[in-house]
Amino acid sequence: MMNYIFAGMIIISLICAVFTGNTNALSTAVINGAGESINLLVTMAGALALWSGVMEIADKGGFTKALSAVLSPVLRPLFKNVNKNSRAMKYISMNVSANLLGLGNAATPFGISAVKELKKLNPESNKATGDMIVFVVMNTASLQIMPTMVGTLRQSYGSVKPFSILPCVWISSICALAVGLSIAKLLNGKD
Amino acid sequence: MADLFMPAFIAVVVIFGLIKKVPIFDTFTYGAREGFRTLYSLAPTLVGLIVAVNMLKASGASDLICSAVSPLAESLGFPKEIVPMILLRPISGGGATALLTGIYKDYGPDSFAGLTASVLAGSTETTFYAIAVYFGSVGIKKIRHTLLAALAADFTAAVMAVITVKIFMR
Repeated sequence: MMNYIFAGMIIISLICAVFTGNTNALSTAVINGAGESINLLVTMAGALALWSGVMEIADKGGFTKALSAVLSPVLRPLFKNVNKNSRAMKYISMNVSANLLGLGNAATPFGISAVKELKKLNPESNKATGDMIVFVVMNTASLQIMPTMVGTLRQSYGSVKPFSILPCVWISSICALAVGLSIAKLLNGKD
Repeated sequence: MADLFMPAFIAVVVIFGLIKKVPIFDTFTYGAREGFRTLYSLAPTLVGLIVAVNMLKASGASDLICSAVSPLAESLGFPKEIVPMILLRPISGGGATALLTGIYKDYGPDSFAGLTASVLAGSTETTFYAIAVYFGSVGIKKIRHTLLAALAADFTAAVMAVITVKIFMR
């Protein structure tokens, strides 16, 4: 998919520049864009490393586990065929907790373990079960306490209050999650 | 109050870690290294896509696209500048980041477009990637209504980004 998008962007730009006469600007854009992207990465590097370090302390201090214990009762009713004390349930709540803390690198392995456990409940089929759909939809919505990446980017571009968007982010993602889960649950039917 | 949020958050985490006897500095440096690794893996995507986004802008193509979609966007209350980002967000995280930085550069991170784009970026995930990773890891081919539900969630996030920014940030 990205192959076509990338190619499309370049080809459309070229054609458009020829018609609009912006060819000079286009060649400047190519050179500057490459340098600009590295500048951006350098500007972001410090803050991103700082947050990753802080969140790692949170994780090792047991934030993820504690959160997972709190979340587990909330998550259970969403998964119909998952035993509440099963490993699947444990991985699911660890995955959601890590996502909430913005620990994407930790969340993905938990998530993969979770779907593997869910698959064991229905090993023969290559069709997604209702529980799998609920779980994956949960992961395509991003419920995150501290969206550090966006905050860092905002700061790099001179925002006065980079994290002032937090309440908006929380409300938007909760609404998105609610809509996604409702549709998933509704179409799951009896599954 | 809001100024204290970040330092206070860090202090709480550090104190919590001390109480739990976590070797906090070693853990911090380990995590920070992971941060650099994330950045390192993001770099090639970002170089390619920021160049491509810059080309779209310089050639005038992005203006054409924006004005083509603006009637629809405006009828939904979206600032037209964020429409390309809404479309690209579920497909490519790096692409959305490239567009986001473009919006920050042109309009500023605290402009209406900048704020809505920020909220959108913070409240959505790379949907197609998540679906591919999780279903791919267990060989699920028939994903049924997963994509529909996930994209409905993404659309909701976009609508709510505009609404919440209008309510809380003005």
